[in-house]
Amino acid sequence: MIKFGVVVFPGSNCDRDVAYVMRDLLGQPTRMVWHEETEIADLDVIVIPGGFSYGDYLRCGAIARFSPVMQATIRHAEQGKLVLGICNGFQVLTEVGLLPGALVRNRDLHFICDRVSLKVERTDLAWTQAYQPQQVITLPIAHGEGCYYADPDTLASLENNRQILFRYCAPTGDWGEADNPNGSLHNIAGICNRQGNVLGMMPHPERAADPTLGNTDGGGLFKGLLKAIALSSP
Amino acid sequence: MTAIATGPFSLEDLASEGLKPEEYAEIVHRLGRHPNRAELGMFGVMWSEHCCYKNSRPLLKQFPTEGDRVLVGPGENAGVVDLGNGLRLAFKIESHNHPSAVEPFQGAATGVGGILRDIFTMGARPIAILNSLRFGSLADVRTRRLFSGVVAGISHYGNAVGVPTVGGEVYFDPAYNGNPLVNAMALGLMETPDIVKSGAAGIGNPVLYVGSTTGRDGMKGASFASAELSAESVSDRPAVQVGDPFLEKSLIEACLEAFKTGAVVAAQDMGAAGITCSTSEMAAKGGVGIDLDLDLIPVRETGMVPYEYLLSESQERMLFVAHKGREQELIEIFERWGLHAVVAGTVLAEPVVRIRWQGKIAAEIPALALAENTPIYYRDLPESPPDYAQQAWAWTSQLLPACSQAGIDLAGNLISWNQVLCQLLASPTIASKSWIYRQYDHQVQNNTVLLPGRADAAVIRLRPLEGAKSEPEQTDRIESGVAATVDCNPRYVYLHPYEGAKAAVAEAARNLSCVGAQPLAVTDNLNFGSPENPIGYWQLAEACRGLADACRALATPVTGGNVSLYNETLDAAGKPQPIYPTPVVGMVGLVPDLERICGQGWQASGDLIYLLGIPVGNENLDPTHQGQVTLGGSEYLAVIHNTVAGMPPLVDLALEQQVQAACRHGIEQGWVHSAHDCAEGGLAIALAESCISGDRGAEIHLSVIADTSQRWDQILFGEGGARICLSVESQFQSLWESYLQTHLAGYWQAIGRVTAKSEDLELLTSDNLSLIKVKINVIRECWGEAIVSQMMAK
Repeated sequence: MIKFGVVVFPGSNCDRDVAYVMRDLLGQPTRMVWHEETEIADLDVIVIPGGFSYGDYLRCGAIARFSPVMQATIRHAEQGKLVLGICNGFQVLTEVGLLPGALVRNRDLHFICDRVSLKVERTDLAWTQAYQPQQVITLPIAHGEGCYYADPDTLASLENNRQILFRYCAPTGDWGEADNPNGSLHNIAGICNRQGNVLGMMPHPERAADPTLGNTDGGGLFKGLLKAIALSSP
Repeated sequence: MTAIATGPFSLEDLASEGLKPEEYAEIVHRLGRHPNRAELGMFGVMWSEHCCYKNSRPLLKQFPTEGDRVLVGPGENAGVVDLGNGLRLAFKIESHNHPSAVEPFQGAATGVGGILRDIFTMGARPIAILNSLRFGSLADVRTRRLFSGVVAGISHYGNAVGVPTVGGEVYFDPAYNGNPLVNAMALGLMETPDIVKSGAAGIGNPVLYVGSTTGRDGMKGASFASAELSAESVSDRPAVQVGDPFLEKSLIEACLEAFKTGAVVAAQDMGAAGITCSTSEMAAKGGVGIDLDLDLIPVRETGMVPYEYLLSESQERMLFVAHKGREQELIEIFERWGLHAVVAGTVLAEPVVRIRWQGKIAAEIPALALAENTPIYYRDLPESPPDYAQQAWAWTSQLLPACSQAGIDLAGNLISWNQVLCQLLASPTIASKSWIYRQYDHQVQNNTVLLPGRADAAVIRLRPLEGAKSEPEQTDRIESGVAATVDCNPRYVYLHPYEGAKAAVAEAARNLSCVGAQPLAVTDNLNFGSPENPIGYWQLAEACRGLADACRALATPVTGGNVSLYNETLDAAGKPQPIYPTPVVGMVGLVPDLERICGQGWQASGDLIYLLGIPVGNENLDPTHQGQVTLGGSEYLAVIHNTVAGMPPLVDLALEQQVQAACRHGIEQGWVHSAHDCAEGGLAIALAESCISGDRGAEIHLSVIADTSQRWDQILFGEGGARICLSVESQFQSLWESYLQTHLAGYWQAIGRVTAKSEDLELLTSDNLSLIKVKINVIRECWGEAIVSQMMAK
């Protein structure tokens, strides 16, 4: 069994959705981790869910970075354990420096809730191994500040180190400005750190994992994760 | 007048509290003395229409309010219905029209915040939001500012608080130019074993103030909302509150956690009239009194006087009565969520609201005088319907220009039916609303089964949210859902308030039936002009009668709602311009099995298309059908002929029930692949929408021959008739048709079949003359771009 922890900040609102997928759909032991907690050594995977942590005042994720749980999460990541940030969680991971770059206001300045096509750029990591190379999947997005920004050097190193895991694309897999919902540079929807154990993504895989709701393209991420950890465990 | 003559207040003072001289005399009579300034303010807000329904209460009495599934009816923060399997649904609708007219973003945002508090105050976790909006013409730059502000406000609050906005409706009409309507409806699933009510109890029990701080924002919003808007209203911006969805999210979690301890006796949200309303209503409902010390209330600014404390409408606040000795337990929960919770008073045996400030009694009023035993105005209906209505009813389709199978002659130009179809699809009232719902998070909480724009009603999966673990990967369980919709065609109500109100209830029930849900209960939002004007009162009274009759006939009791009167704007000449009377019907329904639901789009080529309801070609043949399908009050008449006239469709509630039952049965059996009701734009628009949504064409044969004396526009775009267009898998044809023959004889027609993606929507006469033939991507563009392109216009 793989133990999941789902961080709960005041203002998190996808925490229960993630826990529902882990615990109820995948049957994995899952506990909620309050933002003031620091004892997370029992956890294999820590998930920073979507929402509006601390109201997202100042800047998305900017206050969350100072929380005790994020200090513990940094240590968790340094040990090579898995960290997944979804939506606001991705913003928090860039704020604490576990991932490079920043997420800024969407190109058209509106909040966007929609379903978008994504290209899986790499399938040799735990996160994406259930997908086919270059597979196009559909995941929901829901954000006002999801436009990925980084300086040219950072972007070049993300490309060179193959840290871009998901890119916004057309249903055919081609990607250009027309298929970019929020203006993200290089159509970036999700990236990992150099080591590959920390993933941040704006789309919501947990909203596409339940057959009752139709789309299950996001379920692959969680199932792949379980398989990877099961294989790596003694 | 003597009461005023001897008292400390002038007529202007009273007017500024929204009180009339005779009401002041009544206050003096009840108190046995003159009120002080703070007390006067308390009466002003509590006796406003917004809080005490003084104009509408006699009319609301006629609504059916009881039913097998009704657990809580009108009078509490929200209604509650039983969904079976231990699931209980709280739901309610509320308006925020006046604040949104002045400050659209915060006005709409706090409207969402307020309705959510009504839900979680009962012990229910909010699971969905819907909204019903009305704006003026989109061509007007001011309307566009209001529209984008309202949508951004709803988006801001709903998205951050983590409750999906799953559905709604919006109409654009010049009647709303200065006075938009913003009605928000919320649904919640009970999480506590007992429904938390608002009546205070237990003499000596502590009264807790919880949530955010109190400031001067939103002063007297309730009385502001009960008066006409004028050019000066904009300077009344302090009457609009500012919302904080982050605080509200924490308040939801803290309240639900607090209720589960069992330490809370009663709870009330502080909405309109803030501390005044919550103390007096909790005391009055419990038959007790409340003693509250303002010096203990957490504040966000200094130097406030009792009047300001009592009338503040600062958001995200609640009042609790706790079991004595357990207050600390509650305080700790709130503090953990970063919220205030303080003991600020106690429950008294004596039924008074006693307010202390700086060691003195600042106000003391019998609770019943404020909250229960409030003034009521009985008014008389005019002897005959008003002139405007009688003139409108005199309209007949004979006044329209001649038309043929090729189209209609408009000022010397022949406009083809294809062109009319595209023009109607591009009418903002009919056009795609994706510009709106794309800004709302409609998927958070992971329960949205049918996404906005895909079906006639929203469908949310019912999942016990806390603690009830289901077996992983279990596939044989049957999941149930709840469907919800908000509806009202205000043009119908304007033209004939009684039939128009019936039509709103019928359409709501039809929309639920089209997704496969059994309609259960109603929450209504009555948005009207001034009841002091005879026409306004006639509209209100007749619409209430229509709602009552329709809710009774369709077995959907009313469990609560909201009344918003005085929706008028004063024009430059100072003349009140009322909105269209708009009784918005929010209805919820039960989906027993989520495997058996329907969207509105065609699903497969070769499926057979049926029309239920008044058959095509038979609209006027049978005298009992007269007036049920008509161009009177139609979108076609308004958009193409610039005319608002006629008798709107008459509603046959018995036929509605039969048609809807047949539709639900077909869905339940798995025969029906898609279902969509015929609403604005009639049959042709309904078919076009099913084509667009399903990305498939359709070949339709109407059972009328080309030389018919009928008007083609009425056949294509006539509205009403309890109609539903649905598609059925061909293998079920005989089962379905024999069912219809038994249960709906004379009210169904096989009208065509679904064609392939690349095919057109084509409507033909029975002798194969083409009336409409359009490409799906062409009509999708007309429909899809209409609102976006107007919003991009500078």
